[in-house]
Amino acid sequence: MTTPADDTIAGQHLVIKGLHVAVEGQEILKGVDLTIGRGEVHALMGPNGSGKSTLGYAIMGHPSYEVTAGSIELVQADGSRLDVLAMEPDERARAGIFLAFQRPMSIPGVRVADFLRHAVTNVRNPDRKEGQELMPMREFRDELKKKMAELSMDPEFARRYVNDGFSGGEMKRAEILQLAMLRPKFAILDETDSGLDADAVRLASQSIAQIGSGGSPGGAEMGILIITHHEQLLEHNIPLRTHVMLGGRIVESGGPELAAELHKKGYERIRAAYPEAAAAEKAMEESRAEVTSA
Amino acid sequence: MSTALDTPSSDTLGEINKYDFRTDSPAVFKARKGIDAEIVTQISEMKKEPAWMRDFRLKSLEIFESKPMPSWGGRLGIDFQDIFYYLKPTEQQGKTWEEVPDAIKQTFDRLGIPEAERKFLAGVKAQFESEVVYGSLQEDLAKKGVIFTDTDTAVREHSDLLREYFGTVIPPTDNKFAALNSAVWSGGSFIYVPKGVKIEFPLQAYFRINAESMGQFERTLIIVDEGAHVHYVEGCTAPMYSTESLHSAVVEVIVKKHGRCRYTTIQNWANNIYNLVTKRAMAYEGALMEWIDGNLGSQLTMKYPAVYLMEPGARGEILSIAFASAGQHQDAGAKIVHAAPRTSGRIVSKSISKNGGRASYRGLVKVEPGAKKSKSSVVCDALILDDKSRSDTYPYIEIEEQDVTIGHEASVSKIGEEQLFYLMSRGLSEAEASTMIVGGFIEPLVKELPMEYAVEMNKLIQLQMEGSVG
Repeated sequence: MTTPADDTIAGQHLVIKGLHVAVEGQEILKGVDLTIGRGEVHALMGPNGSGKSTLGYAIMGHPSYEVTAGSIELVQADGSRLDVLAMEPDERARAGIFLAFQRPMSIPGVRVADFLRHAVTNVRNPDRKEGQELMPMREFRDELKKKMAELSMDPEFARRYVNDGFSGGEMKRAEILQLAMLRPKFAILDETDSGLDADAVRLASQSIAQIGSGGSPGGAEMGILIITHHEQLLEHNIPLRTHVMLGGRIVESGGPELAAELHKKGYERIRAAYPEAAAAEKAMEESRAEVTSA
Repeated sequence: MSTALDTPSSDTLGEINKYDFRTDSPAVFKARKGIDAEIVTQISEMKKEPAWMRDFRLKSLEIFESKPMPSWGGRLGIDFQDIFYYLKPTEQQGKTWEEVPDAIKQTFDRLGIPEAERKFLAGVKAQFESEVVYGSLQEDLAKKGVIFTDTDTAVREHSDLLREYFGTVIPPTDNKFAALNSAVWSGGSFIYVPKGVKIEFPLQAYFRINAESMGQFERTLIIVDEGAHVHYVEGCTAPMYSTESLHSAVVEVIVKKHGRCRYTTIQNWANNIYNLVTKRAMAYEGALMEWIDGNLGSQLTMKYPAVYLMEPGARGEILSIAFASAGQHQDAGAKIVHAAPRTSGRIVSKSISKNGGRASYRGLVKVEPGAKKSKSSVVCDALILDDKSRSDTYPYIEIEEQDVTIGHEASVSKIGEEQLFYLMSRGLSEAEASTMIVGGFIEPLVKELPMEYAVEMNKLIQLQMEGSVG
């Protein structure tokens, strides 16, 4: 059994090329190129409806998000390539991909601890067959307790039903807990800061940085794509690259200063600089309005 | 083949159906197929019954023959003349497992009954075909006057007590299948818990049909005297045959002043069993009656455990789970009758349908005039796992009193693509994710079960989910 910690970080990449994605026949992503190295932090910003969440869902394999063109591959340390698009969502999770949901689903009657024990067992033993032993209870409990303490979570939380009756903040913390337990190679965090107050965002930012580093200061365990409208989550996760999405394309990439600029000044400069993408944005908005009014 | 005792842990999804096996156990007596006065008389004679019981049977047969088949519920394609009504598996009942014939003992070994008895039960009855083949009761309970025996023995040894209550809660005239059971009944449990005696551990009965085209008609009567407590558990299984079998029980429960009775059923019949059972309890002043009913398997189940709240302060609770898979119709529900003031009733029903299965909730809440300040709530939730499956709700409410509180909630949901995707994105396969969602759906009921039965229930659900139950 290999854990991500045993792997060599160098050379591992999540590579997205020319990705087109449609939902119910409407094209949302119109050719996205993005490469994230393991150990790197990338920020993805952009106005609402530009396709950021769609990219997250497409990477994770949501059945309603149809990839009409392009590729997503995992490049291994030995240079071999895994075709992510050919995998089911659970296979993607076992291959080391994680999506922190903007709006996680509630699963009434299923306890956080039971759910996580299944998930952790599967992700750490990618070849596990159904019906084979789960991770030993004691070992799992100890690790869960430790991670929850690090995230300042009440131990009682593990006995609650998954996201059932959780506040917005509790849901986001539960997503971070799953991130900490599953230790993926690549994580997409879809607005993990929304619904949190300033203190909670700071804590989330620190937690993500710590998890991303594999627990050692300055370490770099995970490749992270942070989807956000704000800067605060990036405080402890300085992005190597900031990408701006508009009208279903990444139109500009820069350093951390780009995130700061967008946060302060909004997207007017971007819209002006990329009229074609701005036109696509407008068209998408209009067709959405038609669908809603119909 | 392995035995039930070394069955892998409850985490296992890939378990074979451990209930679908047959025992080669020749009967010591088998009545010919079909039903008529001769067969009914023969059963009574085999059991050396008093005249009153033989007459009760013959009268019931007339009622059975005069009543039409129910026109509601499920499709009943039963040929009553193509069934064996009485099959005696052994000459005498064992007081130890060693006294039980080997082939039958092996059956119950594989079902895990002796092991459960050693671990956590206060008494056991094991019925094979028509007769109870093994019985035990903890000595200290016997000393306190607790009676736990098969109903045939009770007719002989406790006839005054039995006769006072037998057929009073569910008379033969109640419905066609109650009449049938009254005519040909055999086996079942008779329990009497004396005043103030609180039995800590469950009493369990296990009903096993082994033969083909067999009818099993056990008759259970439970009398809980004032202030007494009992928890009775029954399990039921049968192997799969190409022809249909019939299980038609009658269960009567009387809970006297401030007594408590919890009656838990976990049945996992083979998919060609007609399961048509009448269960009813009378609860008196301040008494509590609880039915916990897990219905898996069978071709058609029609079962609506009832509580009649006869005196002030009586309470009734009915929790039921039904799981309908391919070729199955679970027409299950509950009935609560408020016949006195300040009585309370609660019905919680959860049904799951899958692979073209059909689950129906059919329930009645009735409040009689004068049952003031009574409260009743009904919650029924249905989970449909695919487009081929079906769920229906038939809630009947008859209120003849103004001063009451009645609540009714019903929900039908489909297993959500979004929930599945969420769990799969965490590394769970689609099958594991569905099983987990279904397990969560029934959790509110499973957590009411004693731990051993909760484990069993979860295992059965897992088996149903992977469709390996034949």
